[in-house]
Amino acid sequence: MSPQDYWKANLKLLASLLFTWFVISFGFGIILSDFLDQFSLGGFKLGFWFAQQGSIYGFVILIFVYVFAMHRLEKKMKNREEENE
Amino acid sequence: MSSQLLTYIFVGLSFALYIGIAIWSRASSTNEFYVAGKGVNPVANGMATAADWMSAASFISMAGLISFLGKDGAVYLMGWTGGYVLLALLLAPYLRKFGQYTVPDFIGTRYYSKTARLVAVLCLIFISFTYVAGQMRGVGIVFSRFLEVEINVGVIIGMIVVFFYAVLGGMKGITYTQVAQYCVMIFAYLVPAIFISILITGNPVPQLGFGDTLVNSSTYLLDKLDQLSIDLGFNAYTENTKSNIDIFCITAALMFGTAGLPHVIVRFFTVPKVSDARKSAGYALVFIALLYTTAPAVAAFSRVNFIESIQEKSYIDSPGWFKNWENIGLIAWQDKNEDGLINYSAGKPFEGSRPIFSDGTGSQGEREIVNTPINDNANEVYIDRDIMVLANPEIAKLPAWVMALVAAGGLAAALSTAAGLLLVISSSISHDLLKKTFMPKINERQELFYARCSAAIAILIAGLFGIYPPAFVAQVVAFAFGLAASTIFPALLLGIFSKRLNKEGAIAGMLAGLVFTASYIIYFKFLFSELDISSNWLLGISPEGIGFLGMIINFAVAISVSSFSTKPPIEVGQMVDKIRLP
Repeated sequence: MSPQDYWKANLKLLASLLFTWFVISFGFGIILSDFLDQFSLGGFKLGFWFAQQGSIYGFVILIFVYVFAMHRLEKKMKNREEENE
Repeated sequence: MSSQLLTYIFVGLSFALYIGIAIWSRASSTNEFYVAGKGVNPVANGMATAADWMSAASFISMAGLISFLGKDGAVYLMGWTGGYVLLALLLAPYLRKFGQYTVPDFIGTRYYSKTARLVAVLCLIFISFTYVAGQMRGVGIVFSRFLEVEINVGVIIGMIVVFFYAVLGGMKGITYTQVAQYCVMIFAYLVPAIFISILITGNPVPQLGFGDTLVNSSTYLLDKLDQLSIDLGFNAYTENTKSNIDIFCITAALMFGTAGLPHVIVRFFTVPKVSDARKSAGYALVFIALLYTTAPAVAAFSRVNFIESIQEKSYIDSPGWFKNWENIGLIAWQDKNEDGLINYSAGKPFEGSRPIFSDGTGSQGEREIVNTPINDNANEVYIDRDIMVLANPEIAKLPAWVMALVAAGGLAAALSTAAGLLLVISSSISHDLLKKTFMPKINERQELFYARCSAAIAILIAGLFGIYPPAFVAQVVAFAFGLAASTIFPALLLGIFSKRLNKEGAIAGMLAGLVFTASYIIYFKFLFSELDISSNWLLGISPEGIGFLGMIINFAVAISVSSFSTKPPIEVGQMVDKIRLP
């Protein structure tokens, strides 16, 4: 994998993770929150839960997904460099 | 053992621990002083980042704020955690790869300009001092309530402790004390939360407990809270009061502001590798989330407990905590209908933002206040929201050692953040202002000496803020995040993701963001605070959220100015290429 491909793959990954980031916080926690409040999760209204709990769990998961995806990407690039040598 | 003695023991032990760590890990070079020798383990750095980030505001004030704001409180929960996703994905790994000491370092090098570096230093110092002032007030509150010493004495003790490990240890000392402070802080936060969750819902996990049913009942806690709130004339707890656009912008300003805060960013300069910077951001958010997902539960529990333990009780039989906090002026009661009962409901109890106490006492023995009562509502209680977390264990009648623990935790939160801030202030002065701008000839030993001196001076100034707290502390928090979002964040992001952005664009963008955001906040918060209502706001965005708009203006100005002026030099393009690779 060339540095250009690596950077492109990185940008693609960033775009999909940031999209998810936006949906779980600004989407479910704010814009769609009132709509989601008609459903419930135990004693929580769903929109309320996303605003005060769910979005935070989502953020943690997103960062670790990124850590693992970048780890794989870096490995791919390293392998490629070694093949070229 | 009395609760006061216990508090002395807990606080004393924790302080001894911090000082011990400082002596063990003192810094001997600028590399160690600024970035802890770049040898910090990512998990330890995650804990240190969490302690650095979670300030007196997170520990002491946030749950209290949420308990009065209800669902709107989510702006703080999402705003102060979501920024870590941006940090981990967009900034931390690249800035670590860049490998210098400070945030202005990156801006000055990437935009090949001393002016850009100076603008960044200016923003950094302003943001950090704003923040430090709040920490010192937190130290003062904890000391005066729990140790019953003068606020000033408390602040001075706090200054001496911070002085010890920040001046001696630099970033290295701060990092390892922050790890200890995180442990103290999170333990102190979770223990009472778990106790209260069991008491109210029978569920030992607070995050689940506040969505659970009440003990011996089939009613959900949140449903009960909605009902109580409506009965007292408030909005339902689980519904928004603010408009959606305002919630959106405040959350965004806090998120982008978090990602642009220099004292948080530099923490990622201390790990050995780029991949460690990413991991470290993940661990940091795990440690932060532990407190941030507990806070809304604490908010809901304490709201129920607070209402139930005072509403329509006679003042004479009111609980001890009510009178204790009244004694230091953070609770006040004015018997408007003269029935001797505490009536709590929506509405402002009296004119003015704070109670003004006369020396006398009222008919029930309460501290008399001279504010004119407001008679169009029945509310008789003034309560400072900041006290909810500190008062919570007392309200829930938990054992004395829990209260002592909370006091030690509050101090850990305030001191760890203060130390991190003081360090970025001192390194931006000794490194960016002296070494890189005005006194390039000084050698490393001299630079280290100046770094220690500026840390010491910064601590003195911070202490003065604690002893003579400026009345505007609450207002300037909006300032710190607004400025970080509208100046530093765009400059860093564009510096990494655009090779075309040049120094003219970056400087114009930062200045545009700075001027727009600062003037909006100054206009509504300082000059014409009586106009600070939603119908006067631009697009319905409050001063707290305006940093988001400032950030968009920064981006627009920076990109358009860049496209009309010369390309940055080739070396800059090569540098950007280099930091993009692992």
